[in-house]
This record gives sequence, C-alpha cells and structure tokens, in this order.
Amino acid sequence: MSEQQSTSKFMQNGVVKWIEHRMPIFSFIDHSVGSGYPAPKNLSYWWNFGSLAGLALIIMIVSGIVLAMHYTPHTTLAFNSVERVMRDVNGGWLIRYLHMNGASFFFIAVYIHIFRGLYFGSYKNPRELLWIIGVLILLAMMATAFMGYVLPWGQMSYWGATVITNLFSAIPVVGDSIVTLLWGGFVVDNPTLNRFFSLHYLLPFVILGLVVVHIWALHTFGSNNPTGVDVKGPQDTIPFHPYFTIKDLFGMGVFLLIFSFFVFFAPNYFGEADNYIPANALATPPHIVPEWYFLPSYAILRAFTNDFILYWPVSWLMTAKLAGVIAMFGSIILLALVPWLDTSKVRSARFRPIYKWFFWIFVLDWIVLGMVGAHPPEGIWVLLGQISTIYYFAHLLVILPILGVIERPKALPESISASVTQPAE
Amino acid sequence: MSDTASTPPTAEIDAQTRRDFLLVSTATVGAVGTALTLWPFVNSLNPAADTLALATTEVNLEPIKDGQSITVVWQGKPVFIRNRTAAEIEQAKKDDAAALPDPAKDADRVQKDDWLIMVGVCTHLGCIPLGQKEGEPKGDFGGWFCPCHGSHYDTSGRIRKGPAPQNLLVPNYTFASDTQVVIG
Amino acid sequence: MMKPTIKTAFAAVLTAGAVAALSLTSAPAQAAGAAHKPAVQDWTFKGLFGTYDRASAQRGYKVYKEVCSACHSMNLIKFRNLQDIGFSEAQTKALAAEYEIQDGPNDDGDMFARKRTPSDPLPSPFANDKAAAAANNGKAPPDLSLITKARAQGGDSVIKVSMKHPDGFTIGADYVYALLTGYGEPPAGFELPDGGSYNKYFPGGVIAMANPLVEDGVEFSDGTKATVAQQAHDVTTFLAWAAEPELEERKRLGIKVMLFLLVLTGMLFALKRKIWSDVH
Repeated sequence: MSEQQSTSKFMQNGVVKWIEHRMPIFSFIDHSVGSGYPAPKNLSYWWNFGSLAGLALIIMIVSGIVLAMHYTPHTTLAFNSVERVMRDVNGGWLIRYLHMNGASFFFIAVYIHIFRGLYFGSYKNPRELLWIIGVLILLAMMATAFMGYVLPWGQMSYWGATVITNLFSAIPVVGDSIVTLLWGGFVVDNPTLNRFFSLHYLLPFVILGLVVVHIWALHTFGSNNPTGVDVKGPQDTIPFHPYFTIKDLFGMGVFLLIFSFFVFFAPNYFGEADNYIPANALATPPHIVPEWYFLPSYAILRAFTNDFILYWPVSWLMTAKLAGVIAMFGSIILLALVPWLDTSKVRSARFRPIYKWFFWIFVLDWIVLGMVGAHPPEGIWVLLGQISTIYYFAHLLVILPILGVIERPKALPESISASVTQPAE
Repeated sequence: MSDTASTPPTAEIDAQTRRDFLLVSTATVGAVGTALTLWPFVNSLNPAADTLALATTEVNLEPIKDGQSITVVWQGKPVFIRNRTAAEIEQAKKDDAAALPDPAKDADRVQKDDWLIMVGVCTHLGCIPLGQKEGEPKGDFGGWFCPCHGSHYDTSGRIRKGPAPQNLLVPNYTFASDTQVVIG
Repeated sequence: MMKPTIKTAFAAVLTAGAVAALSLTSAPAQAAGAAHKPAVQDWTFKGLFGTYDRASAQRGYKVYKEVCSACHSMNLIKFRNLQDIGFSEAQTKALAAEYEIQDGPNDDGDMFARKRTPSDPLPSPFANDKAAAAANNGKAPPDLSLITKARAQGGDSVIKVSMKHPDGFTIGADYVYALLTGYGEPPAGFELPDGGSYNKYFPGGVIAMANPLVEDGVEFSDGTKATVAQQAHDVTTFLAWAAEPELEERKRLGIKVMLFLLVLTGMLFALKRKIWSDVH
C-alpha cells in the first residue's frame, strides 16, 4: 500500500530517525492512530462519535481559553464583560457562540457515543475499565458545563447555581455547612463566581487527561465492533490510517456543518432567554430549567416527592430531597456498573433479540425523562416523571441482569470477516 | 470495488493518480479552512471596538504658558505637550545641523514652532523620560532625560546621547483651533 | 424575506440536525394566567439573509429617545453603535452631545460634567436601580439593551418557536411588538389593581407600564405617518438591532462557512469512497 510505503519512507528521514531513537514518538503515533493500529474492518458510522466528542472538546478548550482572556469573573462586571465580547471584541460573538453551542454538541456526541456503547455491549470484558473512565468523563463534563453556565451571571446562571448547590444541603448533619463552603458566603455570590471560574478553567484539562487514559485503555484491546465478536486475526482488521482517519474526518465535516448551522443561524436555540437578564438575587424566574443535557437527571431529581413509591422503602431513613439527590447522582454512577449488571455473554444487541427492544425503550425512557425535566412539575408530567424514573432504574437494576440469563441469543458469526461476507441482518 | 483487481494496470495507475489528486486537493482545502478558522481567535486579541473608540484625545492648550509642559494620556500612553520658549526653538533649529543618531529636522517634528507634541515613551525600552516638571533633570541637551538607561533628548525630542535608537515619537495630531489639539 | 423553499430547507436541516435535542428542549410555560400568543410579524431581519431595515431602526431610535428613554435605560448601547443603523459619524457626535455625563476627577480632584461623545453609552433616566424602582412604584423598568433576546420565549415551546423562527430570537421581537400594541380595556369582571394597565400579552394581564405609544406621539423626519403600529414596529426593529447587533455579520459569515464546509465535506466523502473502494 502506498501509505505504508510513504510511512516507511518518512521513517527513513534523518531528522525523524534522530528523534525516533531518543523518543519513539513517530511509532507511538503510528500505533495510536496510524497504519500501525489495526481496527475492525466493519465499524459503522456509530463509531464516529468518539472522535466527534474529541473534536468538540478541542473546540471548547480553544474557544474557552480565548473567552477567558476577555471575561471578568466579578458579579458586577461578568454580565457586561460577556456582552462586551458579543459587541466589541473582534469576532467575539463568534467565539462565544461557538463555546455556547459547542457545549450542546459535545453532549450530543457523547450521549450518542454512550448509547452506541450500550447497544453494542462495548462495556463488556475486557473493556470495563475503558467504560468506567468514560463515565468519569461524563461526570467531569457535567460539572464543567454546570460551572460554565454560571459564568455569564444571567438570571438562569444565578438561580441554576443556587438550586444545584442547594442539593448538597440534603446531606444529613453537615449539609448546610457544605453548602456554605461551596458558596463562600451566605448565598451564591462573588466568591462562588470566582471559584466556579477557576474550576471551569481547570476541569477541561482534567477531562483531557481522562480522554488520554480512555484512549490508552481503548488501544489495549482495540475497538469493539457491530458484531461484538472479537478480532480473530489480520483478516478481520484494516489499518486505522487511512481508512478510519478519512472516515472520522468525513464525519467531522458533517458534524461541523450541523454545528455551524446552529452557531450562525440559531445560536440561542439551546439557550434560555432568561439568561439575557442580569442576575437578580431578589427575583427568581417563574420556571427554572437547566440546560437540555441535564434535563433527564433533573427529572429524576424532581421525581422524588414524599408520595413517590421508590421513596417509601427509604422514607424512614432520609428525606425525599436526599433520596432525589442520591437517585440523580446514582443514575449516572450506576452506568459505571453496567458491565456487571448486564449478565449476557453476548456483546452486540444484533444477536440479542429481546435486549434490542429493551434498549430502544430505554432510549425512549431517557428522552421522556428529558421532556419531563423541561416542563413544570404539574399534572401529567409528575406521573410521567415518576414512571420513567422507575423504568430507568428498573432497566439497569432488574431488566439487564435478568435478561442476560433468560434471553436466547442468535448464533454469532465465526468472525468479523465471516459476518462481512454473510451479513447477519 | 471487487472489479478493481481485474482491471488492467494502466487503469489502476490512473485511479491511483486520481486518488492522489483528490487527496492533495482535499488536504489543501482542509488546511486553508483550518487556517481561516484560527484567524478569528487571533484577531480577537487585537484592540476591541470600545478600545479603538477611545483612540483619540482632545487637549485644551490655553492654560499651558510659555516654557510649561503638560502630560496627557492618549491610548494609555503619556503624551508630552510643551509650549517651547524662543530659546528652545532656536536651539532646536540650530541642532538640525548637528550629528544626530536619528536625523530629523525640527520643522518636520512640529506643526507650530511653539508646540512640541510627542509620545513620552523612551524609544529604548519604554520608560518615561524626565524633564516635564520644573527641577527634573533635562539631560545634557536641555530637553528630556531617561533615568532608566541614560538617554538624552534635545529640545526637539531628538535622541542625542545614550542607548535609545530613535527620536521620541511624534503622534498624529491636528489643531482643531488655535487652542485645541486632537491627538490620534 | 424568506422564500418558501428556503424555509422548507431550513426546517429540513433543523430536523436532521438534532432530533434528540428537538424532542428534549421545551420551553417553560408562562407563569400565572396564560397570556395571549404574540402574532408572528414579518421582520426584515428574519431568515438566512435577513438584515435590519435601517430607516425603520433610525425611526425606532427616535421613538426610544422621545418615549421609552424617559424610564428605560439602554446601558449596553454606545452612541458610536448607532453608526450600525446608518447614522453618520457626525450625526452620532451630535446625538451624543445632546446629553451630559459625569466625568472626572480632574486635576483638582473634582468631578465635572461634560458633553457625551460617541464612545459614551446612551444616558440612563435614573441614577441607579434603587432610584428607578422608587420612581416607579417599587419596580425598576428593565434595561432595554437585550430585551428582544430576554423575552424570546413568549410562552411557546422552543420547538414550535424554532420552526417558525430559525433565528431563535425573532419571537422576542414579536412579543415586544405585541406588547406595545396590546393595551386595551380589561374584560368584564377583571379587577385591575391600582397603577396597573391591562395588556393581554403580558403574563397575568396586568403591566406596570402605562400605554406608552399614542397616535402621532413622535414626528418622523422622513414623513412616515407615526401611527401606534408604525411606532411599535420601528422601535422593535431598533431594539432587535440593539440586542443582536452582530446578526447581519453573523448570517453573512454563516453562509460562507456553510458553503465552504459543504465543499470540504463533499471532497472528504469522495476521498473516503476512493480509499475504502478496495475494502471488502
């Protein structure tokens, strides 16, 4: 192949050899994303979302560093400094809108990436650690996004910060002290804004570090694939470069097209109008909603009222508020345990006729939770929120373990190359 | 495609060339796009519209008497405005013929002989020279003296002695009236 | 103005864009008392190629200056910004010089008043929020710099709003226009509290602001008849510009970026096909 020839020609270069001898960076790259990294030949476009999330992270870090150069983390100046970026800084509106919408697109890529993992069983032995690191990335992203949303110091920033930090007051005995500690005062105020800014700048680099570890773990056994069958030999793989570099690049082109549409023509689509009103500590907006990517979690939090059936078993032990907080964090942390909750030996849902259906119900359930989170807790939304919360936990804690035992999977293909010549579906 | 293997060698070379052409052109377009994308990020570091809007300063010259200097702020920098005495003007014109490290005629450095207007930043490494106030050292040539590294400027603000490479900079300015000057 | 085909294409891109997000994002309902939905207006700044109507925005500034500015500030707008809507530099200088601003301290340490320059903001009617609240029955009139963005949801779901208004925030302009033209007699049995006015577009129906616009309340120098609807339309155009002064540049650049990405993505797709052609 011409690529391999040119690669080896490249490796013969004097300067390259000099560096390679002292620090084998070129062979490292080659074995990471080059022709020296074999990838399953049957990866579908669902496998594009990992690199898309990486692209989103880069967009966020680059635009964020520039924004930080123009932003003032002070309660009296923050809102106007953001508007100065929008109005006076050269191209500032573009950088801010890239950052604002970049957050949403980062979550879109990551959520699809996660659901892809759930469908094709990418979390199963030997990729459990890879999956757990992924859950940690999601948690770090959520913390980063939350703190970033506070920085423009609009009404939604302020009241979102107030509501979310107040979650910690649910912790028995020390709760209120923890909240005061988080605030550095008696309400969300300037000290809170300053520390959120500091952490919002720090956490993306923690995410970046976790991503490196995530990819390291990935490269140990290589990618899972749509059949879920292990790679048996060279006939099952193709070199990552050029096949998947070009496929990833094409995916990035499509991703950027959709992203640009929102940045340039609907930049506030994912935002809340109330955040264009400066923060006012004496007036709460009529309806507080988090950004869309928190809506499912928010719905789980709110589902826990005193009359909620899931609360009854623990009602002697804790308040409904605390139960809700635990359930919300638990709903994410539980994902880390999915490799053990899912008892099926078969990875891909392609060969799990029943699980396939439950997977899509789970996706639907998650979307319903998101819709519930967007609406005020009134009327039908209360019941819908409770049912979908119950289903969320039931899927992870009951359906997954039982299904693995009772389900009769379809016959697996001999190998990836066998499945390619005789498609399973 | 499965028929690639059975096509004759010339066609294969043809396909190879086409593919290389596509590769090079796509890479070029991609590289241009990346470079263009970086520009707004770099450009955002340039002075913003509100900064540029404050780029001119208006000064009333009426209160400045003969032989007095004032310092005004223009774009955040000190600007020296001196109402020169007749002796200083005469000295400055005479020195047109002297050995100057950065040759310039006094007539080219002022619009009106009385008023010397220049940026009060030493062209060596950016300190502010002394000589604006009574009693401050004015250097060997009766103009300004930079205490940081000992640069001497004359009564036309020209560098005469010391490490500074250039004369004190004359900003763009216009006389809006006899007593009103707009700098910038 | 948008042709139907573009509108359809727009909707198609939107739908393809973020199916998940579409179904997730949904706006809050209005608080107490379902307010009337503002009618959709045909703004020139809507659509892929929308721009602000300069003449309308300039008339709108006059309405703001002579009516709204008695109570509402626009702190984020500087006089120099008015050049965006077609005023000349000399005109903005003259408009600014109509007002004074406190500056200082001078060399004697005293504060002093001077004429405003184009780099100064539009003047605020009140010294601070407290003074504004005290003069208005305890509720400060909101700053109008971002008003069309800050009132963008108007009680409709984001999905529906976005389909009608791909720019997201023209709904805010619709709301402001509806509010300004929505004063009237309360329905029978509606109890109007003291100092309140009835406005069917305001959540709850009772608004502290008295009907600000009257027929021929301002005189337009270009001879346009100053009906209430005309004034409301013009001032809303002005406020929409104030909220999103980058809109025209954003849309212009957006077209270029999208076209470039379309070409690049097409080339990447062709290259992908070529490279993958020997895999089986």
